Amino acid sequence: MPHISLPDHLPGITGLLEFSQNTAAPIRELTQILLRGDNSLTQGERELIATVVSHNNECRFCTSAHTAAADLLLGESETCEMVKYDLDNAPVSDKMKALLTIAKMVQKSGKSVSPEAITNAKAQGATDIEIHDTVLIAALFCLYNRYVDGLASVTPDDSSFYQYLGERIVNHGYTRLPQGYDHLKNS
Amino acid sequence: MAYIKLLNEELPGISGLLANNPRTAVPLLNLAETLLRSPSTLTSGERELIASYVSHLNDCHFCHTSHGAAAAAHLACDLSIIDDIKMNFAQTDISPKLRTLLNIAAKVQKGGKYVQAADIEAASSEGATDEEIHDSVLIAAAFCMFNRYVDGLGTWAPEENEAYREMGEKMAFLGYNRTR
Repeated sequence: MPHISLPDHLPGITGLLEFSQNTAAPIRELTQILLRGDNSLTQGERELIATVVSHNNECRFCTSAHTAAADLLLGESETCEMVKYDLDNAPVSDKMKALLTIAKMVQKSGKSVSPEAITNAKAQGATDIEIHDTVLIAALFCLYNRYVDGLASVTPDDSSFYQYLGERIVNHGYTRLPQGYDHLKNS
Repeated sequence: MAYIKLLNEELPGISGLLANNPRTAVPLLNLAETLLRSPSTLTSGERELIASYVSHLNDCHFCHTSHGAAAAAHLACDLSIIDDIKMNFAQTDISPKLRTLLNIAAKVQKGGKYVQAADIEAASSEGATDEEIHDSVLIAAAFCMFNRYVDGLGTWAPEENEAYREMGEKMAFLGYNRTR
């Protein structure tokens, strides 16, 4: 049961964003820019960053949702699985390995990011903007994961729920649905 | 020097990052403005104390000191409150309700799952509303983001409390969307 009264029909982050729409607006906008805006990192690559941070924060809701989004964007599920459990051998570029390594450091703390990890990312061809965006995406998911679990929002067990959420993320993005969420009642 | 090239290397902490990245700066500043300065049953001084306390727990000197200075400006008290925040408010007279909310914020800093039903009950029994509990959790979570942004990109920070006095006054009285 959530620690505060949240709408029953909206598990996870969605109920929180509806509970507090004033704070949701900038959080949604930031996420839309970082994960969906023009970027030299693909949307799938950025979802991998969101997933690996959520996984290491042990936030089951965010990990499941962003895994579903990454799988849809990449067209397969092996890459995301490998990134979570065996990054060294994951089928991603050396640049992405270096950026995901930085993201994993950010998950622990800002000060954990080592100059060597930054130097390595640059040597693998990562630009300053890519490094910036990686750090900020990782930091943003440290917010989301704590928000979702810190208020004990509901984490559904049903995998079809995350498939639906992944499709909503891929097809609609992170902005509030124009019609709101009342249509999800009793569904 | 920061890990990435900044347009103005002299701007400390998050300031240099925001100036460099106006796209993401807009929602980041709007979030800070809404969380810390919009109408709420928690005063801005109380909310800045939560922000500064979490930043201290994250060992982020820039955010701890600047938001401590903003709290001092709101509360019209001495900058030494910045040091007392590190001592878990040994000297500062804070309400029992705020103490329970700071306890929740400290749990959030460790990880969302550390917040237990007993922590929430303690806050409720001191009169904290759902909105106040929500805002405390989100302020703590947001500073787990801001602190990582500032330190994860290796920005520099002035050492002394006094160097943050004017910044704290601007944060408190002009707000986060002030013209820079």
